[in-house]
Amino acid sequence: MIAALLRRDLAQFFPFAGGGAALPVVFFVAVAMLYPFAVGPDANLMAKTGGGVVWIAALLAAILPLEKLVARDIELGFFDQLKLRGMAEEAMMTVRLIAHWLSFGPPLVLATFPAAALLKIEGETFQILLLGLLAGTPGLAAIGLMIAALTASLRAGAALSGLLLIPLALPILIFGAGALARQDQVSLGFVAAISLALVALAPFAAGAAIRAAREN
Amino acid sequence: MQASPPSLAAHDLACRRGERLLFRRLSFALEAGAACHVTGANGAGKTTLIRAVAGLYTPYAGVVERSGALALLDERPGLDPDQPLGRALAFWFGVDGFADAQAVMARLRLTALAEVPVRYLSTGQKKRAALARVLGQAAQIWLLDEPLSGLDAFSQAMVSALVSEHCAGGGIALIASHQPLDVPGMTAFAIEDFAPSPAEEEA
Repeated sequence: MIAALLRRDLAQFFPFAGGGAALPVVFFVAVAMLYPFAVGPDANLMAKTGGGVVWIAALLAAILPLEKLVARDIELGFFDQLKLRGMAEEAMMTVRLIAHWLSFGPPLVLATFPAAALLKIEGETFQILLLGLLAGTPGLAAIGLMIAALTASLRAGAALSGLLLIPLALPILIFGAGALARQDQVSLGFVAAISLALVALAPFAAGAAIRAAREN
Repeated sequence: MQASPPSLAAHDLACRRGERLLFRRLSFALEAGAACHVTGANGAGKTTLIRAVAGLYTPYAGVVERSGALALLDERPGLDPDQPLGRALAFWFGVDGFADAQAVMARLRLTALAEVPVRYLSTGQKKRAALARVLGQAAQIWLLDEPLSGLDAFSQAMVSALVSEHCAGGGIALIASHQPLDVPGMTAFAIEDFAPSPAEEEA
């Protein structure tokens, strides 16, 4: 049942795979494309600030898929049907978290290659950026899932989730972008640790949220 | 699958929505082969009762006892709107380990719709698709919330026939509907009989 659900969730959310949304990746690359036009073609300035721009783009791209992440399946009665078959909400949300990250983390990391080329990010900075995004996107996915589940039963949920994600994602942004400024890998350890804690917490928080949403 | 005979019972069930008490002291007991029709006006609490029995809604008081797997049919089909009907149903058939998809879809006249995305289906077609999902689940206890709404006369007769067959095979069916069903031996109760008196509502 878990494997079937994961396949189904991936088919729903994976970009370019039938109905999935490629929008976050397109948005991410678009920001990297526009930035040189806005600040001018100064290679030094871009190399210095480009990493931070990539991080901000990644954070904002993480907001885009949240609207459909949980609310639609509550409306469909999809989670109710899984519940009747004995599946715990925590298991449903664990699968959803994996599918959500797979459909937005790796594509974003791949999109960092063209984005970094556009922003003249090279060498060790590029490596740290790549590793940082790899470590940080699971945390962003976990925050996104918790927020999507919490706001699923609210009418203005989509607008609210954007506002809620930004402060919660700040620690990841600070350490992730901070690693670029100082060119150190210790901050990346912090990013990974924050991500790990969020990933461990998210299925329980999101599971409790959809259980509560069912009662009203 | 049909290991032990199923049973479904509620004792002194009370449910409320917000501040309003919908019903109280509602009890019933259904043994294998029993069908029960819950009647009541819109908003009387039929859907809440079905969800409480399904374990999807916490009752204000009372307990539900059941043995046997549950299948639920309500106004939400649980099928992905963007997928073709055949694939959306195949997901549930796969989860439930059901092999005979063709026969069930033919019986519910869905074969011709297999390639049509679920969001293009009419209300009645979606209801029939949800019935196919329930049939594929092969659960011993059926909870049907308004199974007849949106269906034409032919399909309504088919629902009665399906419920009769299910119960003849030792299954239990609890059906909330304001429309009549033709199922032999079916018992019925009105949910309004368990509505609180005005005096109780004050309390």
